[in-house]
Amino acid sequence: MSRENKNNHERIVITGVGLAAPGADNLADFRANLLSGTSGISTLDLRYMGVHPAGLCSFDETRYRKKKENKRGTRAGCIGVYCAGEALKDSGITLGAEYDPARTGVYVGLTEHGTVETENEVYNISQYGYNVDYWTHHHNPRTVLNNPAGEITMTFGLTGPHYSIGAACAAGNAALIQGLQMLRLGEVDLALCGGLSECVGSFGIFASFRAQGALAEHEDPTRASRPFDMARNGIVISEGGCLFTLERLDSALQRGAKIYGEIAGYAINSDAKDFVLPYSPRQSECMVLALKRAGMQPQDISLINTHATGTRQGDIEECKAIRAVFADCPKTFVNNTKSLIGHAMGAAGVLELAGNLPAFTDHMVHPTINLDELDPECALPNLVSGETRELPQVDSILNSSFGMVGINSVLVVKRFLA
Amino acid sequence: MNRDDIKDALLEIIGDIDEEADLDALDADKPLRDQLDLDSMDFLDIVMELRKRYKLQIPEDEYPELITLNSCIKYLEPKLREI
Repeated sequence: MSRENKNNHERIVITGVGLAAPGADNLADFRANLLSGTSGISTLDLRYMGVHPAGLCSFDETRYRKKKENKRGTRAGCIGVYCAGEALKDSGITLGAEYDPARTGVYVGLTEHGTVETENEVYNISQYGYNVDYWTHHHNPRTVLNNPAGEITMTFGLTGPHYSIGAACAAGNAALIQGLQMLRLGEVDLALCGGLSECVGSFGIFASFRAQGALAEHEDPTRASRPFDMARNGIVISEGGCLFTLERLDSALQRGAKIYGEIAGYAINSDAKDFVLPYSPRQSECMVLALKRAGMQPQDISLINTHATGTRQGDIEECKAIRAVFADCPKTFVNNTKSLIGHAMGAAGVLELAGNLPAFTDHMVHPTINLDELDPECALPNLVSGETRELPQVDSILNSSFGMVGINSVLVVKRFLA
Repeated sequence: MNRDDIKDALLEIIGDIDEEADLDALDADKPLRDQLDLDSMDFLDIVMELRKRYKLQIPEDEYPELITLNSCIKYLEPKLREI
């Protein structure tokens, strides 16, 4: 194999996107919402919790499988099957033609799984005096950690490896990294990877954030998610999903694939410090490592798509980390997607990346919304707020996702250049 | 419940499990699983729903009594007579 061929065998590109986001069930509509600053947040009346702002997804749930299968499976599985079907369709891949289903891997990032199903069953048996004879036989297949990935393989007849990547809110990015690594290792030829979240079905997740003082409240739900704003008061929980088809560049070129971008660099590291509090020095190290692997300097990054969730300390720590790495980068812009769609947990990183990928072709940086009074501690140069910003060219995106128990992930994605 | 009530209840339970099931075409003397898209987990859904609705505990060794619609009705008739 020549050097160029070997290189193209190790370069990994994104060739298909399937998503369900609050307010959109495809990339074009999602991008339009982001560019127009249209929030996807509404409200949810949840058992024991009452009404709270939340990001809910509406999509054709029976496009790829029957209603009966949706009933038997999980919400994460339902979202995952839709996203997988859409990603495969968008990629133009015919399984069994360009790629062998046995050489296709499914890697799904999850913040958690089984919480929703367990809460529902405990509620169910509470209606029968806590008699466990009424506990469903579906509980175990629904709550095994590979469930959503496995539901995808059953729907599409994919017989290669499938499993979940648990990495708190860094999980979507971590699954993308897993897919990339498996392609480079030669374990699979096509990777279907990304993240899913069914968190809005769990009162416990809402209650835990509220107990922590980190659950967003606002009389207008579309104004509740407000990273970097002085009046921010926590996280808006969302459901959602985004799966990508990843391929090696050589095989993508061979089949004439549409290429959204190239994953040039990546990194995952650990704070090794605290259960919930983020730590900017490790976040900075993660960004530096991802840039190093991409062979890029901070000045080479066109857009930093931040993780910021709307918690006071989380937003400030991330801004510190960005300042430390991007000290002198006048051509680097910054935005935040959670202000528009809330926090989709395991799907967050990949949904946010997907929403920004079209910047390579439309040259737009979507705005951060709800930024009425910027926290001075979050004042980053070139923070795009309120209005979409058009740039001469967007060459690269640095996407961060951080999670509880101290896990950081950073992806560097480049505009594809042969 | 009489035989017709039991039949209606069973069809309703099956219809809830699979809304696309063609219940009109069902032959009451042929195994349900040969005619409908039902597997062992769906069968357990039927057993669970009977338990929830009628507090009926069906021992596992009696599951073979529930193969066809008519055998279900025959098996359930004495158990649900007083309901």
